[in-house]
Amino acid sequence: MITAEIKPIEEILEIIEPYDKIILAGCKECVAVCAAGGEKEVQFLASALRTARKSNGREVEIREVTLQRQCDPEYVEQIRDFAGDYQAILSIACGVGVQYMAEHYTIPAVPGLNTAFMGGAVQQGVWSEKCQGCGNCVLHLTGGICPITRCSKSLLNGPCGGSSNGKCEVNPEIECGWQLIIDRLKLLGEFESRYAELFPIKDWSTSRDGGLRKIVREDLKQ
Amino acid sequence: MKTGSRLEKILESGAFAVTSECGPPRGADADVIRKKGELLKEVVDAVNITDCQTSVVRMSSLSSCLILKQMGFDPIMQMVTRDRNRIAIQSDILGAAALGINNILCLSGDHQRFGDHPQSKNVYDIDSVQLIMTVKKMRDEEKFLNDEELTKPPRLFIGAAANPFADPFEIRALRLAKKVAAGVEFIQTQCIYNLGRFEAWMRQVVDMGLHEKVYILAGVTPLKSVGMARYMKNLVPGMDVPDELIERLKGVPKEKQSDEGIAICVETIQRVQKMEGVRGVHIMAIEWEEKVREIAQRAGLLPRPAA
Repeated sequence: MITAEIKPIEEILEIIEPYDKIILAGCKECVAVCAAGGEKEVQFLASALRTARKSNGREVEIREVTLQRQCDPEYVEQIRDFAGDYQAILSIACGVGVQYMAEHYTIPAVPGLNTAFMGGAVQQGVWSEKCQGCGNCVLHLTGGICPITRCSKSLLNGPCGGSSNGKCEVNPEIECGWQLIIDRLKLLGEFESRYAELFPIKDWSTSRDGGLRKIVREDLKQ
Repeated sequence: MKTGSRLEKILESGAFAVTSECGPPRGADADVIRKKGELLKEVVDAVNITDCQTSVVRMSSLSSCLILKQMGFDPIMQMVTRDRNRIAIQSDILGAAALGINNILCLSGDHQRFGDHPQSKNVYDIDSVQLIMTVKKMRDEEKFLNDEELTKPPRLFIGAAANPFADPFEIRALRLAKKVAAGVEFIQTQCIYNLGRFEAWMRQVVDMGLHEKVYILAGVTPLKSVGMARYMKNLVPGMDVPDELIERLKGVPKEKQSDEGIAICVETIQRVQKMEGVRGVHIMAIEWEEKVREIAQRAGLLPRPAA
């Protein structure tokens, strides 16, 4: 999923400072799962913003909505009927959702979250990064552990000289991605055959380096 | 001889090579490099110029190399893949060769988190092993990475680093084998303080026959004080400083600790010189270049052979 974290309340107050009537829009997908922008967070943030603005002597009217998805025109259109009555949309979806709102409505769409990474839950309240969407997956060669994401230097022929006791030189809380890869290859009985292979220079044109990416499925296109 | 490198010539002759390094200044003063160069004259066969080591901005390696080249040195241009993509890397390789630089050391580089600009983006378009492949392809196949031909190949003697003290230990010789397969011709190791571990690594290297395919220069760094030893042990990634070494430094009065550090360094050189497969020594006297001459002298490495 796409993970995100709520911006500091002071920053959100600053962002919505020009407005007296806003729509606060949550999303029921990824950001709800990582407890940043779902229905509950919409309620909580709305009440926090109302209270803060009230104590500043300038109340704000907030319309609370939580859409099924903000990355899909069908759902984004669901606020069309009343959007014109408001001055701005404060979206607490990921950055994709904010941009959909901006594309669909003429009033400003502003972010309430900082979108972080593609990853998953490690334990209750902890999420970690797993994929950078490079567009050319090599997980079958590296024991199912991504060197591009899990190695701080994205080395394809790791580990570097900074790997110590299984930890990364960047921070002892980060596991060395290449130590994980090596351990996993050994477990799978693939270490001997895989590790000695030189990883060729990667074609990054399938990553964001190739410019804005788009997937077109002719078989599904209408 | 694949290149005009003095280091390559000395290693090929079978002589025990001596290299050292020079850290460029945090400013545009060429005299800082010249002064460091003066201290190393007739002491080393070649001198490394670091490339924004520990991710701290300094004068570029290539320009510092040129200053030392003008003084008669055979500089080794260090190049990290942290700050350059393949376009900039290939461009700098051509530029270095055009300016008469004969040696390159291929590194991935310390993560920028350690440096003075931790807010920066890193590049890592390619890694250190792939940088070796890049230089080799440009030099021997006379082609860019996209397979297009280049007009005059860069004749660079290709080096890389190896750290026998990083983990996991069992792959450290295998990783060297990958660098050899990629085309590396000389290796300078991380600073050796744990001789037992270095010896164990060298045994693996020799067992794999790698010592016959690549020249290995053992890295040493004299310790100035107990404080420096502790700093290296605790704060420098991939550094292995055994407690007995710290105890030995603590055993002498404070004003004698730097002498003791030099003595340890000289002993280390003498020990590695006897190990099979070690073909030279790389003396990294960090901001202490004035001691390299004394270390080389006491280790019996002077005078250097004429190249």
